[in-house]
Amino acid sequence: MLDVSDLHVFYGEIHALKGISLSVGTGEIVALLGPNGAGKTTTVKTISGLIAPRSGRIDLEGGALAGVPAHEIVYRGVAHAPEGRRIFNRLSVVENLEMGAYTRHDGRITADIERVFTLFPRLRERHTQVAGTLSGGEQQMLAIGRALMANPRLLLLDEPSMGLAPVVVEQIFDTIREVNRQGTTILLVEQNAAMALEIAHRGYVLETGTVVLTGTATDLAANTDVRRAYLGE
Amino acid sequence: MDWELLLAIFPQVVMDGLVLGFMYALIALGYTMVYGVLELINFAHSEIFMVGGFVGVEILLTMQATGWLDTFNPFVILIFIILMGMAVSGVLAVVVERVAYRPLRGAPRLIPLISAIGVSFFLQDLVRLGESLWRNAFYLTYPSFAAFNTRIEIAETIDFSVKSVIVVVASLAMLFALQFLVTRTKLGKAIRAVAEDQPTASLMGVNVNRIISLTFLIGGAMGGAAGVLFGVQYNTINPFTGFIPGIKAFTAAVLGGIGNIPGAMVGGLVLGLLEAFAASYLSLLTGGAFGAEYKDIFAFSILIVILIFRPRGLLGEVVRERT
Ligand SMILES: Nc1ncnc2c1ncn2[C@@H]1O[C@H](COP(=O)(O)OP(=O)(O)O)[C@@H](O)[C@H]1O
Ligand SMILES: [Mg+2]
Repeated sequence: MLDVSDLHVFYGEIHALKGISLSVGTGEIVALLGPNGAGKTTTVKTISGLIAPRSGRIDLEGGALAGVPAHEIVYRGVAHAPEGRRIFNRLSVVENLEMGAYTRHDGRITADIERVFTLFPRLRERHTQVAGTLSGGEQQMLAIGRALMANPRLLLLDEPSMGLAPVVVEQIFDTIREVNRQGTTILLVEQNAAMALEIAHRGYVLETGTVVLTGTATDLAANTDVRRAYLGE
Repeated sequence: MDWELLLAIFPQVVMDGLVLGFMYALIALGYTMVYGVLELINFAHSEIFMVGGFVGVEILLTMQATGWLDTFNPFVILIFIILMGMAVSGVLAVVVERVAYRPLRGAPRLIPLISAIGVSFFLQDLVRLGESLWRNAFYLTYPSFAAFNTRIEIAETIDFSVKSVIVVVASLAMLFALQFLVTRTKLGKAIRAVAEDQPTASLMGVNVNRIISLTFLIGGAMGGAAGVLFGVQYNTINPFTGFIPGIKAFTAAVLGGIGNIPGAMVGGLVLGLLEAFAASYLSLLTGGAFGAEYKDIFAFSILIVILIFRPRGLLGEVVRERT
């Protein structure tokens, strides 16, 4: 579904991505792992159009995405739940979800809000509340729910576990797996490699802007380098 | 002290305050909406307002010259000049953003501010030049309509001119329309989302530049309408007319909580009422020691006091800073 090849991204003089290539197949969950500053966020931001690459290709089922602005990429079926959640604090929970459906003009928006509430019952209880008053976990649920409202073919999740208690992370990862089972392809950025590899099919490990390792989730979880670096052994 | 007189003129003072207040509110919306999306104080907004006033007077003077002024219903003419003032000022505001602010996006905050001050002078002088060439004068007077100057007498000491009522009604209609747009429509939601977080709004599919243009269009249109109403109410305008109402409307926006739309409305009304009360009551209450000319000092002193206790403005909210 998604093919990224030889992607180079710069922040001014800083060469943040030095020729990244990766692919995500239809129906997969692919994990993007690596330490802080490796370039994971930069990769997903470039895919969703927030950053324009210096060179390289991003192809989504044949169509080229590189250089297309973010607000047009959503229309191609890519939704991005950004790092740090970035929900609209001053909008209500429902309004945040409606913003997620901004590109849509079909009559199924209300039904899909209902679907998000079924995935995250906590959000239903707080649906009229201003989003800034939600707890961190609820905000993360809202950020994922909001991205789902675009009905994406490909969902980009950037560190959904960041700053959350282990029980909440568990819940959120269960839901991510459920969303994937219902047919959404997912590229999952995580520093929490253990959790990510539990639900992912395959994974890539990034370090200082390059892919250093790739394989199935099982292989990566068994790899001694990965275990030492990311699984705390 | 003459309490009876104080009481008797009270409704009149409230009406004067409302007329002024609604005018400030309309202008303040332009400042606050632009600040909301760009965190820019659009100093040129007072000139957008002034241009609206000139659109109105130009249409009226042209109609007067051709004799049309007497053939149409004055209320139809009024609605027409308000709409034209809105259209020209709105489009002008969009052009100003495109030309003077957008290329400076991402530059240090002071830079677009200076650009805004430059646009402000540019527009003043452009209007002055244009009118000097065209009419040989740049202090222009709105032709008066008997129908608007009629006074509606309610009691012996209270009568409102029709044009005061027009200002209040027209402003209320626009404020309600704007409030509806911002809180109840998809476009309004997009404006609020852009005001809060531009990159994330673009991830939702919002074309951020288009929403910013729309914000300038709406703010400019409100300012243009205020310009026309100002001319109808106070008759004479010139290229520098925008300065004082602009400063006051900006103050109103800060008073209400800059970036906050209902705040701008409330701030405008509070400021207008304070000013009207000061103008009428200061000399009565101080036995003539302070006259109406102290109204601004009085009004601004109150503002300072309010802002000391509520630095974010009356309706300003504490928003958690993002990391
Ligand atoms: N806005 C930015 N300006 C300059 N450098 C940046 C910016 N964002 C990220 N970087 C740099 O790019 C590199 C990759 O960062 P990032 O993609 O955020 O990594 P990760 O998400 O893997 O932690 C880091 O060296 C970081 O310092
Ligand atoms: Mg990151």
